[in-house]
Order: sequence, then C-alpha cells, then structure tokens
Amino acid sequence: MAETTLRVSKIKNGTVIDHITNGHALDVVKILGITGRTGGIVTVAMNVPSKRLEVKDIVKIEGRELNSKEVDKIALLAPHASINIIRDYVVVEKQVVKLPAVLKGIVKCANPACISNSEEPVQPTFYVERGEPLKVKCHYCGYIMEKQDVLKQF
Amino acid sequence: MKFKGRDIISIKDFTRAEIDYILEIAQAMEALAKTGSNMLRGKILATLFFEASTRTRLSFESAMHKLGGSTIGFAEAKITSVKKGENLADTIRVVENYADVIALRHPLEGSARLAAEFAQIPIINGGSGAEEHPTQALLDLYTILKEMGRIDGLNIALVGDLRYGRTVHSLSYALSLYNVKLYLVSPELLRMRREVLDTIKEKIRVVQKAAIEEVLPKIDVLYVTRIQKERFADMAEYAKVKGAYRIGLDLLENAKKDLVIMHPLPRVDEIADEVDETPHAKYFQQVWNGVVMRMALLALILGATE
Ligand SMILES: Nc1ncnc2c1ncn2[C@@H]1O[C@H](COP(=O)(O)OP(=O)(O)OP(=O)(O)O)[C@@H](O)[C@H]1O
Ligand SMILES: [Mg+2]
Ligand SMILES: [Zn+2]
Repeated sequence: MAETTLRVSKIKNGTVIDHITNGHALDVVKILGITGRTGGIVTVAMNVPSKRLEVKDIVKIEGRELNSKEVDKIALLAPHASINIIRDYVVVEKQVVKLPAVLKGIVKCANPACISNSEEPVQPTFYVERGEPLKVKCHYCGYIMEKQDVLKQF
Repeated sequence: MKFKGRDIISIKDFTRAEIDYILEIAQAMEALAKTGSNMLRGKILATLFFEASTRTRLSFESAMHKLGGSTIGFAEAKITSVKKGENLADTIRVVENYADVIALRHPLEGSARLAAEFAQIPIINGGSGAEEHPTQALLDLYTILKEMGRIDGLNIALVGDLRYGRTVHSLSYALSLYNVKLYLVSPELLRMRREVLDTIKEKIRVVQKAAIEEVLPKIDVLYVTRIQKERFADMAEYAKVKGAYRIGLDLLENAKKDLVIMHPLPRVDEIADEVDETPHAKYFQQVWNGVVMRMALLALILGATE
C-alpha cells in the first residue's frame, strides 16, 4: 500500500508555538531571530485547519525553550498563540501568550527623535493601547507604533 | 488640588479643573508681576536650555525674579558637559543639588519625562523637541480667556506647521478639555501628528483644512505658527505654501470684528506688519501673559501659593 502521509518526526526537546494567527508564522520565526543557519530542526506549518481558530500557523523549534521576554514578543504578533514546552517528546508546560499592559525593554521607539533612543540609562517603555491589531504608545515621547513598526525591528 | 512638588511635563497630565485653577492663580499674579514680590525668596530656578531659545528662558527667569527668587543655568548645550558626552539623566542628578526647580528645554522628544524620572525636584518642560511645550499652551489659554472672557464655545483655528510645532500640540491637548471647535489648517505635509489627533478627536470637534480663507469668517481665535523652510525638500513647494498662509489685512476683511490673532513668536513674515496695528493682534500681550503664567506655575509647584 502506498503511503499517503509524510510524517514530520516528533520533537524530543523544544517548543511548539501553536495557534498562531494565520499568516504570521514567518513573523514569529523572524522575531525569535531564527535564520535556519544554526540550531536544530525548525518546522513551520501554515494554514493548518484548527478547531479554535479557522486556520492557524504552527512553529516547532527543536532544542530551544523560550524565555518570558520571547513569549512577550510573540504576543505582539500572535496574541492567541499557545506555547508548549516539550521535554522527552511530551508537553510538560503549556502557556497561552498574554500581551502585558506595559512593554519594557522589548521594542525600541520608532521615533528617531525620542529620548529613549539616545544614551540614557532607561529601557524603552510602551503602553499597549490595543492588542489586535497591535497599537502601542511610547511612555517617553508618546509616539504610536503598529505591528509593521514593531516587525521592522526584528 | 495639590501642585506643590509637581512636574509640568505634558498638558495631558492635567485635568480641566486643575487648568482652570492655574488660570485663576495667573490672574492673581498680574498685580505682583507689576509690583514684584518676595514669595520665592531663597528659591533657585535652574534653566537648562539645551537648545537655543531666548524668549522662553528669559520669561522663566523674569517670572522667578519677580517673585523674589534667583536663577542659574545655561543656554547652549555646547558650552556644557553635554558636549563631553554626559547624558541627560546625569546632568539632572547633578543640577538638582543646586536648585529647587528645573526648567528644561531639550531637542529630544520625551526628554522632560525622562528628566522627571531622575529628579527629586520638580521639572518644568520648557519645550521637548517637536513634542510639547506645556507652559506655552497654558499662557495661550490664559491669553484667550483674558481677551475673550471665556474659552468654552469658541471656534479656534491653529494654522501653519501642525506636525512639528510643539506649541500647537500642547495647545490642542489643552483646548480639547474645553468645549471648543478646532480648525486645523495646514499644508498636507505638515498636518497635525497622529497621536495628538487621535486623542483630541475623542473629545472635541476637529476639522482639518488646507485653506485658511473659508475658515477665517467663522473663527474667534486665529493661532498662527511659523512654517520652517527645513521641513521642505522642494523649495518651490515651500514658497507656495508660505504665501498661502500669510496673514495680511486683505484676508482679515472677512474676519469677525473681535477676532483675536495669536502667535507663539518669533514671527518671520507669516503675519504682515500692518496687522500689528489692528485690534486683532494680541501676540505681544501673549509675551506678558507668559511671564504671569510662569509666575503662577513657579509659585504653585514651589508651594508658595495654594
Ligand atoms: N513531541 C512533539 N513534537 C512535536 N509537536 C508536538 C509534540 N508534542 C505535542 N506537539 C504539538 O504541540 C501542540 C500542543 O500539544 P497538545 O498535546 O497539548 O495538543 P492539544 O491538546 O490540541 O493542545 P491545545 O489545547 O493547546 O490545542 C500540538 O500542536 C501538538 O501537535
Ligand atoms: Mg489543539
Ligand atoms: Zn518614544
């Protein structure tokens, strides 16, 4: 009997980012600084049928567990994503991303005239005005950034 | 209402009731501005002006002296340690040991907010890049109130560079706390910046226009600002725009009889000299009102008046 499916092998240790708003898998890959030139296996699936969302994207990263700053970054682009930490082939931890009300040190201000872009001992700080589509406001200069402004930085 | 120890960073940090109260205190300062006072004797204002400015700095210094206080400071960043690479946070933490209050002008946006985070003493924003200039907005409100007897119910037009003009940003925020109709008149390239527009549109009626002629007959206050050459890549475009927003006697033929014309100064040629002789011209009164307003602010945040 001919094989009709090709299975992607399971991850032993790593992270599965599930329920990414479709169309944003590559943004998530970019935001995590994954180039594919180093590191383990990375699987990207797009437009996968889903129960919760109509379709979703999935990113699976072998050999890397995301830290909380990285999880916050993902929330900027895919506010419904869930992060599954895999150890020894099983999901040991499941976390739904949550966009914090205040983003500290995660993104830079896109206003070149903002004081937070000069040599001052402060972290760029933003207030989240809206999650989806993203709209954040600089604590210092008041500049408003949207998803594209944020994406450009990664 | 507590003002002692407070920073004046952005107009957005104030409520309508607080602004109304500040306007009342300014009115009470008129007499003292003529006679002088000892209200702030022993207090020191540091004016840190990282950007060339004469008027705002002189206005702050005059206000402080009229209340019996004294002033220290610098007026150009190039003669200070900043040129040696010191950041603003350090400058503030040094200077606050010399003074009771700091008036800061800085070319970067958000500079006053950052300074306030590092300072133990109050910071007054004397202009933060193209972002805000709250004390100018307060003196502008005071001028409108003094000239028109009210702010609510007026039709007000802001004309010129609304994108990079910090005074019009602060003034728009301030006016959005009142029941006014605001006309924003500017060339396409210099339209009001988005963060200001988003905020004020939720509160008041805002109409954006490119031409001044059709707006002029409807308005009670005309606030004119300078259009800077540096903003244009194309000099022919600049020349065209500049001519289109010049206020002369011909244009004023269609104005209301008691129209008030204001300008944050310095003016170049956006208001013709002949206009100075008309009863509409109030821009030199604004300068006096600036001293009075800054007296009120200094007295309030240094706790000399409540
Ligand atoms: N070892 C593994 N290698 C690769 N992917 C895995 C592995 N274990 C789980 N996954 C994937 O991680 C995601 C979460 O797994 P889980 O078993 O929790 O599924 P679920 O019950 O559908 O979760 P949810 O309720 O979040 O949709 C799924 O997309 C699953 O296919
Ligand atoms: Mg599932
Ligand atoms: Zn900023």
